[in-house]
Amino acid sequence: MLEHKMKPIWFFVGLILLVMGGLIMLNGIYLLFNPSQRVTVLSEIHPDIWWGAIMAAFGGFMYFKTRKETV
Amino acid sequence: MQAIGLSFIDWIIIFVYFGFVLGIGWYLRRFTTSQEDFFLAGRKNSSWVAGLAFLSANLGALELLGMTGNTFKYGMYVAHFYWIGAIPAMLFLGIYMMPFYYSSKINSVPGYLKLRFDEKTRVLNGIAFAVMTLLVSGINLYAMALVLHTFLGWNWDVSMWASAITVAIYVGLSGLMSAIFTEIIQFFLIWFGLFLISILGIIEIGSLSEIIARINQYSNHISFTTLWSSSSNPTQNGMFIHWGGIVLGLGFVLSFGYWTTDFLVIQRAFSAKDLRSARMTPILASFFKMALPFIVIVAGLIAIALSNDPKSGFSLLHDGGQINYDSALPLLIARYYPSGLVGLGVTALLAGFMAGQAGNVSAFNTVWTYDIYKAVLNKKASDSHLLWMGRMSTLAGVAISLVTAYWAKSFPSIMDYMQAIFSWVNAPLFATMLLGMFIWWITPNGAFWGLVAGMVSSFTMYLAVKFSWINESIITMSSVRSDMATNFWRAWWAWLICAVVTIMISLFTKKRSKEELVGLVKGLTRENHDQPVPFTKRPEFVALISLIVLVILNIIFW
Repeated sequence: MLEHKMKPIWFFVGLILLVMGGLIMLNGIYLLFNPSQRVTVLSEIHPDIWWGAIMAAFGGFMYFKTRKETV
Repeated sequence: MQAIGLSFIDWIIIFVYFGFVLGIGWYLRRFTTSQEDFFLAGRKNSSWVAGLAFLSANLGALELLGMTGNTFKYGMYVAHFYWIGAIPAMLFLGIYMMPFYYSSKINSVPGYLKLRFDEKTRVLNGIAFAVMTLLVSGINLYAMALVLHTFLGWNWDVSMWASAITVAIYVGLSGLMSAIFTEIIQFFLIWFGLFLISILGIIEIGSLSEIIARINQYSNHISFTTLWSSSSNPTQNGMFIHWGGIVLGLGFVLSFGYWTTDFLVIQRAFSAKDLRSARMTPILASFFKMALPFIVIVAGLIAIALSNDPKSGFSLLHDGGQINYDSALPLLIARYYPSGLVGLGVTALLAGFMAGQAGNVSAFNTVWTYDIYKAVLNKKASDSHLLWMGRMSTLAGVAISLVTAYWAKSFPSIMDYMQAIFSWVNAPLFATMLLGMFIWWITPNGAFWGLVAGMVSSFTMYLAVKFSWINESIITMSSVRSDMATNFWRAWWAWLICAVVTIMISLFTKKRSKEELVGLVKGLTRENHDQPVPFTKRPEFVALISLIVLVILNIIFW
């Protein structure tokens, strides 16, 4: 039956965090070499790179752990 | 202020979010084939899914902006909303009330009133709740457009219509199931999108202790950094309230009134797969609720510390000479977040607004369909007709929310009235529920007229203070003026009036037999409904852990 083939919510959470975190991290790496005109407080510690990486890692873990699961 | 500019990557992140929630609505549509799928997400969710949705339904962007702003205004006392003002009620719901709600297989909270009392009490509460949810949904929409216009320079109409149409599509397609899915995604986006503000603020200032020390240095006589130690004298704390008001008004009536009777959150627990999961729903949610001050309260404290330091260059916006407290969170985003992260922060707020609206609309379509339409207008409606009505009422609910939003835009003071709406509806309802669930001889007429008396008295007290018909010190028993204290105390009096009228009328009106009330009233119902599970997985044990954490947090920040 169809209802037994639904992906769990954790799959979707993992996917969106992986995509968004990956985009933020890659953009942060780009800005490292091409600094923006807009300077923010603590920009020297590059929060976009490490926070994006944490987000992508968390999302990636959830995504790969649940990608074959159905509920 | 100059609008926060969004770069290309920020727009990409926002569009990813919109595409994602619409895609989820489309994906889940194929699994929504019955009314139970649409209104109760098929009753197959785990306690973790239902628990996160239970919390997220309450975690709107209005709350995030408002509570961070309130922390700037009132100090750490705002944490009471997350701790004593939520946790005991959530645990009480899981331990004592959920067995009656879940086991009676009702579709809504008004549905319980029908079983326990009668049809008129159910319809009264159903109508009050439906009106409340649509008003709140519309105000939510208006507030979203206001925030996006103020901070991002977005067009009002485009903001409101884009989010309303998105919500209408994904809730209309798959009902509560897609609302729950997007609420859980919103929960994670809020943590990833906003917790970084607290981390960066602490890094900039030095430590949490340093933030507290700086605030104490600026505020000599009024404490903004304690929870209880300055509560015996209302003039010594930022909220100007006595601990009695916090405990009775917030901790008891408002908190229990909201968390144990508001169908918007309880609907998520009804979607759980079994009774134990339903009982665990609010108990698991309590741990996440306790953690939220580490986003909103810490951000508010950072804003206070920065704004008192001229070298920081940080100050809140002013509108017509008044401080715009809600600007604290967006200004912190603009201060710390480079491009990419700005998109994430804005998406977290957007997700909060849209999930808040979707939550209200999904609760409205259920109460409308079951407690008004089927109960009064079409008692013989078939399952497929009710599913169709659920989808139509979703569209109607979104449309009415849009009308309310435009009404609020042309009449901004309606926002003030919304602040008090929960004390009009939920505070008296909690007295009705409490008496109904725990005392068998409370009668249908007692419940109905008690509820009417509580709602009317709460509304009258609000108008009387608003238009200075009476001095608010009569309600607050304090000479110091505080809107928050007045809200707390008004809720307490409304609850008391409802309880007294209910009991008095019940003494003299016809009671239902005990046999009719089995399964609906404690004392007439078999106590243990749960499947046997290890002690550490029992709701009572997990609730005890939650209570211990609550006590420890209160002692640490005493």
